[in-house]
Amino acid sequence: MDLAELREIGEKERTAQKPIRVHCCTSTGCQAANSLGVKKNLENTCKEKKMGDRVQVVGVGCMGFCGRGPLVQIEAQNKLYEEVTPDDAASIIEAIAGGTASAAEGDPEHPFFARQMRIVRETSGKIDPERIEEYIAVGGYEPLYKAIHDLTPSETIDEVSKSGLRGRGGGGYPTGLKWATVAKMPGQQKYVICNADEGDPGAFMDRSVLESDPHRVLEGMAIAAYAIGASEGYIYVRAEYPLAIERLQKAIKQAKKYGILGSQIFDSPFDFKIEIRIGAGAFVCGEETALIQSIEGGRGNPRPRPPYPAQEGLWKSPTLINNVETFANIPAIIREGGAWYAGIGTEKSKGTKVFALTGQIRNNGLIEVPMGITLREIVEEMGGGVPNGKVKAVQTGGPSGGCIPASLLDTPVDYDSLVKIGSMMGSGGMVVMDEKTSMVEVARFYMEFCRGETCGKCIPCRAGTVQMYQMLTKILNREATLQDIVKLEQLCDMVKNTSLCGLGMTAPNPVMSTLRYFREEYLTLLKDSPNGKVPAGTAASITS
Amino acid sequence: MDKIRLATVWLGGCSGCHMSFLDLDEWLIELAEKVDIVFSPVASDIKEYPENVDVCLVEGAVANEENMELLIEARKRTKFLISFGDCAVTANVPGMRNMLGKAETVLKRCYLELSDETRQLPHFPGIVPELLDRVRPVHEVVDVDLFMPGCPPSAQRILATVEPLLRGELPEMKGRPMIKFG
Amino acid sequence: MSVVTLKINGVDLAIEEGTTILDASKEAGIRIPTLCHLNGITDVGACRLCLVEIAGVNKMLPSCVTQVAEGMDITTDSDRLQEYRRMIVEMLFSEGNHVCAVCVANENCELQDLAIEVGMDHSRFPYRFPEREIDISHPQFGIDHNRCVLCTRCVRVCDEIEGAHVWDVAFRGAAAKVVTGLNQPWGTVDACTSCGKCVEACPTGSIFRKGSTVAEMTRDRNKLEFIVNARENKQWTR
Repeated sequence: MDLAELREIGEKERTAQKPIRVHCCTSTGCQAANSLGVKKNLENTCKEKKMGDRVQVVGVGCMGFCGRGPLVQIEAQNKLYEEVTPDDAASIIEAIAGGTASAAEGDPEHPFFARQMRIVRETSGKIDPERIEEYIAVGGYEPLYKAIHDLTPSETIDEVSKSGLRGRGGGGYPTGLKWATVAKMPGQQKYVICNADEGDPGAFMDRSVLESDPHRVLEGMAIAAYAIGASEGYIYVRAEYPLAIERLQKAIKQAKKYGILGSQIFDSPFDFKIEIRIGAGAFVCGEETALIQSIEGGRGNPRPRPPYPAQEGLWKSPTLINNVETFANIPAIIREGGAWYAGIGTEKSKGTKVFALTGQIRNNGLIEVPMGITLREIVEEMGGGVPNGKVKAVQTGGPSGGCIPASLLDTPVDYDSLVKIGSMMGSGGMVVMDEKTSMVEVARFYMEFCRGETCGKCIPCRAGTVQMYQMLTKILNREATLQDIVKLEQLCDMVKNTSLCGLGMTAPNPVMSTLRYFREEYLTLLKDSPNGKVPAGTAASITS
Repeated sequence: MDKIRLATVWLGGCSGCHMSFLDLDEWLIELAEKVDIVFSPVASDIKEYPENVDVCLVEGAVANEENMELLIEARKRTKFLISFGDCAVTANVPGMRNMLGKAETVLKRCYLELSDETRQLPHFPGIVPELLDRVRPVHEVVDVDLFMPGCPPSAQRILATVEPLLRGELPEMKGRPMIKFG
Repeated sequence: MSVVTLKINGVDLAIEEGTTILDASKEAGIRIPTLCHLNGITDVGACRLCLVEIAGVNKMLPSCVTQVAEGMDITTDSDRLQEYRRMIVEMLFSEGNHVCAVCVANENCELQDLAIEVGMDHSRFPYRFPEREIDISHPQFGIDHNRCVLCTRCVRVCDEIEGAHVWDVAFRGAAAKVVTGLNQPWGTVDACTSCGKCVEACPTGSIFRKGSTVAEMTRDRNKLEFIVNARENKQWTR
């Protein structure tokens, strides 16, 4: 297939599309609220009213406002309907020709939407994720074509380097540098892996990208494979994302059919095939070395780095491993150029970031914002603040991140600023907490999570997380003394510095950040005086 | 200078540490010149833990209510408290019942499930001390000034620990002769 | 072969390239505590006791899997490292049920020795007293999970030297344990050749020969290295 043929597919699809498209979300969240029932009724009404020639009901991916799902959007008329039930469907279709719909009407100009900048999610919620033609119709796979035919592998890497893109899985490692390293490693066989083992509590960015726009991820992987010289790739998805897996499978099949994946892609010597591997539910498999072991069929245990996967990864070959969102950024970077991407965001954090905004907040959902936006803008303007209360803290980065107090809401969201205040970007979970939240309990919640998810390989993480959990419980039971707090801090320091992989190294973060910003809460939970304890003696006191 | 007031306490343990203490043999005579033994299951008949004790060696883990009361009393009235032997330091063998769970489970296992005749749970308030749900090492209950592991600590280890203390110096609890468990 | 020069604890050394920091330290007569390391099998860097500080490297690295490099300035015994090591050993003791007084390996136990080495006279962390199993279904050997520290030496020795792969690790976190077969009673696992290498490899009294009682357990640790040497380098005597 050449570019003209690719464009022809797009053109044909655009011609076939009806002027009024009724978008109905079919992502996991909205499906759980019966969006499939809504979609069916929308279609039936359309048929009954014989509006098929100009109105088309399309099942699309996530529109972002998940807290108000199921969502139905009619872009041509700038209408958004929220919490739609199957009973509302008929009136929505009727309203197209005038009249009012029974469903609550949302505001597409609300800051929640207006403040977003969509690159990764540019076509999420606008196209049918199950049809490759819709992706091609919006320019999909042209960047891949461009990379293969207009750019050399090293020029492709240059564009990514120029873009300043950093790993969206949370580490923030410069993507271009990682690609260049793998590309320069000797060896014939190299691999590309997409890490889709999103496991942070409260995070669902990657699931949404995979469900809403699987081809974008495949395209990003293919561009990466071309750039580093790989012919095989794996997507490691957690089994808890069945819809994402289903859509990926479909997408891979469709891409293969068009010759966009497989042998001699776009009539070039470049071959690339992608296989899916399904994770069995271990959080630690999101750690890259554990993930690689899991793909190889072993127990998902991390191993010490170095050697890094770039040097010695899957089957001991140089391996590029990036997260879903990182790959999803690639097509736009190749299309618009690295310099364009580098123009967005802050000096050291370029581009946009997708966040899952959850917790005690009015507007729950997914947002994509330019780096450098402040937490306050996200939480108060876009999120609409806490219903009937005030923000106490924002947790970012999941079990590896920290709790940021309301007083620091003006911190810009970028990799370095968040680390400076004791949290981290993480993969993009953002949990808002109101004033009723006990921060010690929050710390214990995350420690309970880590305690259950540590693989058990290294002692600090395996035993340390349990001990920290027990100390936090002791504090919450009002049985702890100041000595216990000191001990807890020592333990945090040790686990952080001695653990084998990122899980252990970051597990103390929620405790350390709450101890830093909400120490008073810990202190008020201490018991007044240690029962029966007198201060320790000294040897000198014996003879005096 | 007044003599140093020394006490030894026997909580949940086998008394092996005290036996080892008696293994100090003739040094005990030397010791007697330097200290008054004001409370001890092997060297005194006083029932109540006295005031103003300088040094106390605590053998055994905290396993029942009586252990708990005596330990808290001892800590309050003692300047320098030594966790004496593995049971005191780690809960050791008495602590092995913790794996079974709470006191009730342990009692049921011993007195009902494993008993052939006269199955009966012991319950004599005021006479038989109630078991605590969890056996704990001494330092989980009170502050401890020095740890002397060993099951039992050898007489040499006891000597090397106590002797400097009587001079007001801290012994160096280091190396195999001083801190090996077991 | 080439040689690199480096510093360990301030001492200048010339070490063959490709050597681990652990072996380099041994060569220099500097002892670094280890637990999951065993001569003759691959290293996994799991116990974290052999962590060292390297000037200019922002995280501590396990010396058993980190190779020496030109100009390295390594510290093996800073106050911080010593404190961390003691905490790690304390956590090991508080995590399982290690009752030295009634253990077959008393006096011959690497965990007990480590406690002495790191100066652990008591554990600052509460003992957890987990409920764990004992499997004595094998005719010659037994495993007492109460004493297991999950060093996985048995797993590696069985896989790499004996080639039977009877042992593996199952479950996560506090529930993680070594298993025989697919978590079957050891005695029913046909793959086991009863070679006893796991017994030689176990650092504690967890895997033991039946019939030995308190403090009777002795082992020949160097046997495993000898076997590997015999195979790979044709050195049939020791």
